[in-house]
Amino acid sequence: MDKVLEYVKRYRKDVIWGICMKFGGTLLELGIPWVLSYIIDRVIPMKKISLVFIWGLVMILFSVGAALGNICANRVASKSSMQITRDLRHDLFNKILHLSKHQVDTITLPSLVSRMTTDTYNIHHAVGMLQRMGVRTPVIVLGSFFVMFSLDKIMTLVLLLIIPINILFVYYITSHGIPLFQKQQKNVDNMVRTVREDYTGIRVIKALSKEKYEKKHFEVINEQLVKSEKKASVYMAITNPLMNLMFNVGMAVVILIGAFRLNRGGTTIGCIMAFNSYFMTLLAAMMGITRIFVMTSKALASSSRVKEILELPEELVIASKEQYPVDKSFFQDSYAIKFNHVTFRYHGEHTPSLSDISFQLKKGESLGIIGATGSGKSTLVNLLLRFYDTSEGEIYINGENIKTISGQKMREKMGVVFQSDFVCSGTLRENIAFGRKCEEENLKLAILTAQANELVELDVDGLEKRIYARGNNLSGGQKQRLLLSRALAAVPEILILDDSSSALDYKTDARFRKCLQKNYPMITQIMIAQRISSIMDMDHILVLEGGRIESFGTHEELMQKCKVYRELYELQTGGDIDVKGA
Amino acid sequence: MLKEHDLGGIRKKKKKRVVAKQLWKYVAKHKKVFILAVILTCISNILALICPMVSGFAIDAIGTKVGEVKFVKVFIYVGMMIVFYVLSAIISYILSVLMINTSQKIVKQMRHDVMDTFFELSVEYFDQHAIGDIISRISYDIDTINTSFSHDVVQLLASVMTIIGALIMMICLSPMLVLVFVVMLPISIYVTGYLTKKARPFFSKRSICLANLNGYVEEMLSGHKTICAYEQEERIMGEFDDKNLEAVNAYYESEYHGSLTGPSVTLINNISLALISAFGAIMFLYGKMSIGQISSFVLYSRKFSGPINEAANIFTELQSSLSAAERVFSFMNEPREWKDLEDAREISSCEGLLEGKDINFGYQENKLILKDISFKANPGNMIAVVGPTGSGKSTLINLIMQFYPIKSGDIILDEKVYSNIKKASLRRQFAMVLQETWLFSGTIYENLVYGREDATLEEVIEATKAAHIHDTIEKLPNGYDTVLTDEGVSLSAGQKQLMTIARAMLLPAQMLILDEATSNVDTRTEKMIQQAMAKLMKGKTCFVIAHRLSTIRNADTILVIRDGSVVERGNHDTLLRKHGVYAGIYQAQFE
Repeated sequence: MDKVLEYVKRYRKDVIWGICMKFGGTLLELGIPWVLSYIIDRVIPMKKISLVFIWGLVMILFSVGAALGNICANRVASKSSMQITRDLRHDLFNKILHLSKHQVDTITLPSLVSRMTTDTYNIHHAVGMLQRMGVRTPVIVLGSFFVMFSLDKIMTLVLLLIIPINILFVYYITSHGIPLFQKQQKNVDNMVRTVREDYTGIRVIKALSKEKYEKKHFEVINEQLVKSEKKASVYMAITNPLMNLMFNVGMAVVILIGAFRLNRGGTTIGCIMAFNSYFMTLLAAMMGITRIFVMTSKALASSSRVKEILELPEELVIASKEQYPVDKSFFQDSYAIKFNHVTFRYHGEHTPSLSDISFQLKKGESLGIIGATGSGKSTLVNLLLRFYDTSEGEIYINGENIKTISGQKMREKMGVVFQSDFVCSGTLRENIAFGRKCEEENLKLAILTAQANELVELDVDGLEKRIYARGNNLSGGQKQRLLLSRALAAVPEILILDDSSSALDYKTDARFRKCLQKNYPMITQIMIAQRISSIMDMDHILVLEGGRIESFGTHEELMQKCKVYRELYELQTGGDIDVKGA
Repeated sequence: MLKEHDLGGIRKKKKKRVVAKQLWKYVAKHKKVFILAVILTCISNILALICPMVSGFAIDAIGTKVGEVKFVKVFIYVGMMIVFYVLSAIISYILSVLMINTSQKIVKQMRHDVMDTFFELSVEYFDQHAIGDIISRISYDIDTINTSFSHDVVQLLASVMTIIGALIMMICLSPMLVLVFVVMLPISIYVTGYLTKKARPFFSKRSICLANLNGYVEEMLSGHKTICAYEQEERIMGEFDDKNLEAVNAYYESEYHGSLTGPSVTLINNISLALISAFGAIMFLYGKMSIGQISSFVLYSRKFSGPINEAANIFTELQSSLSAAERVFSFMNEPREWKDLEDAREISSCEGLLEGKDINFGYQENKLILKDISFKANPGNMIAVVGPTGSGKSTLINLIMQFYPIKSGDIILDEKVYSNIKKASLRRQFAMVLQETWLFSGTIYENLVYGREDATLEEVIEATKAAHIHDTIEKLPNGYDTVLTDEGVSLSAGQKQLMTIARAMLLPAQMLILDEATSNVDTRTEKMIQQAMAKLMKGKTCFVIAHRLSTIRNADTILVIRDGSVVERGNHDTLLRKHGVYAGIYQAQFE
């Protein structure tokens, strides 16, 4: 909770102010039974009706004061908890956006999403509730204790016995109950997974007539879930009856003790009645404690998960030019990109994903990369974009070590399309410009080059066509064209395409490559491809196998000297014909 | 004439009645338990309600004067109180357990019925509905119903009984003092109702805003890499801040409005208490009431406050669980997969002669996907289907496998028309290897014998060896007993494909349907898959959606489909000679 406390401190004034009001309101509330006992013990014997009315009025004033205090305090509490959550979420999201790719990999996206959503929600809930009930309950417990103590010390002993037992009991129940709920949650996850599997495999299940089998299988899972749910619920169900019992029996005991004490003149009847009333108030307050315990333990777990992210070290810092001086020789050769003995291991892995990669590209040249899955193609691109830092060796763009280039300056140079890239909800224009200030003609040229003009023209809304989340209203080919347009829209110096044309048919793919050469002659291009036909015209082709450069050269050279390449070529032309959209 | 929203209202009411009826079916099975629950609730509450009365007697027995305590009476009354409270606690615990058990039974039955429905639905339903929707019904909605049965129903009953019981007791004690409540009770109910009603829109706004925020976060984080690559962090941050502010504001407003109810109701109750104290004192002075009676009255009036508030809350919860039930039932009421004809026959094996005649098909009424498709495959023949995405290749498979009903035209197996064969037995004649490999979480062995549970280990190993996957499996930590899970051991895409081929090999099917993967695997695996496929296809009537030239070259018949019609048919050589569409596709890759 310490991380959350930092945020609470920012709104210290509000929080303290709220707590004070809550405190005052609760004290007034506690005063009401006291007034009742005063009326019965002191006012009635005086037999003055006017006094009865006055004290009745005092009670009403107390009630109004208590209500106002509580309402105001609740409002302040809601406000401060809202501000705290807003700040916390802002910082968390900001942090997540600036995490390095490696950090995202280790924590995983779903986990980040759940920290952003469920965890901040839990914290919000708890911060508000703790301010409202977390103050009220102790004040009521302590306050009634003091009032009762001042009324009658001996009878208070009953309370002194009940409260610790109660707190221990609540603690015991919740600490044993929470694991049961966790187990239940696991079984729920299991059920959901089964349903998901049955959904994706419905064709296979039907084809093999395995419906009965699957029904039986689900029955087992259902049974497990029901069992664990029952166990957890039955376990928690003891709480309320037992608490009720303790306080009610306590009340009876108070009456009994009161009888003895009154008989000896030690107490008054009004006092006994006030005790009864306080016991009722306390019971109601204690019921809330269970909830507070559960909420707080949830929020504590959440806050440590959030803290974990917020305290991640900043990776991929921009290094100074002194540390990695600019290599002037590059300018003369006008090498746009150079890899110098680059080796890379993903975090915690022993075998490198890329080892000893060296190559260089001049401005305006094109490079095709081909290789099996897992050969390190995408990793190479990730390194060039500095999503990761190299383990050994350096990468240079225009002679500058990429560790010294500021993020903005570097990304300005690049246009990228990733494998299964991101299309967000918004208009076509928003998706292509993607927050950058692109001039209209650049936008048009990009669209034309990416063969996306028919996508724009086909729709009545043109560029303002609405795109659904994940591009769900676009076909694979259309998405691909949109992404290519995006990559070109800011007139990049370097274009990186990670298997981006696989959803385009042969003809469109060929047309795109021709247009690209014509409209962006100075662009340096790196393209990862599955199909040899996409890259066979490139200036250089790099064949990766097991993270190493198997061969480097032009198509003709590779056909001569590289066995893997030749095999692949034969397999593809003799084997693979892709007829999408043909 | 009825206005439109009146009509909507009537429809809604009718719907509610249907839902209630269906819900009743589940409840009716446990009628006795529910009656028992009502009785127990009554007893437990009556006991709890008698106690303040008894405590009043005890206080009267104590009296106000020193030395005049009637101890015998006090002992009896206090003893009664303790006994009653203990009984009440025991009964209410029993009641909770009873209700939890019953509601779990109901919920279990509901989940069972949902999944029964699930497997009886047609493939069409799954093609049209997202999985998230089904899952939210089976988990979240059923959970809501569960809470209602296990907790809300009893609580509501108890609240109502407490209110009525306390009122009766108070009338018995002092009809005059109850007048306070004649004024205060309606105010209390009105205020509660007013405040909850006012807060409700804020609560629904809150869930909408939160869902928005969550959706945004999920969407943007899925594009983390792209956002970084284009340096868009700041813009995204700005958008996020707006959504975040909206969400926390909505939360603030709902919380603020929601938290008004508690103090307001307490205020009204405290005012009642003040009035009771004052008037009670006056009545005592006039000798109309004893102190004990005032004390009991005060305790009863305190019992009053909670339940009114609670009943209001529970009422809204019941409403939401009613709409949850509606969603669950609407799933259960989905139309099932069409039934076999009454005289349809079971077939145990077939020769493998498959013929399609003038098939026309569309998923929607007026949009034909397949037009006049005919084909004939002799036993052991291979038919390859070639065509662009969206041309109708998968639809053809859907029909051959009877995932969708044939609307016009016929498919004939061994001279038996499809409609005369029972669907399940028909489907068993086919082995299927699809592009999207499907393996479930379970052991490798379970996955392999999924289609034929009686397969011996020798047969399984024979199949895996033929599919070139035996060695890989042996290398896994637990060999064939290795459990495939999301987190633990997982196979590569190519290995998964080989697994499904091995599974298909174990099937006794005479016919094979193959949706070839546009492979994303390395050269070696690719070769292995091709070899394994070749073995699998041997001697079977094969229907292949083809992507590889090698497959197509060997096909007995190639159907070239475009826009749902067969534009060319023949074998590789004859089609090439035609210089038509097929030849065009073939040439494209050498351009």
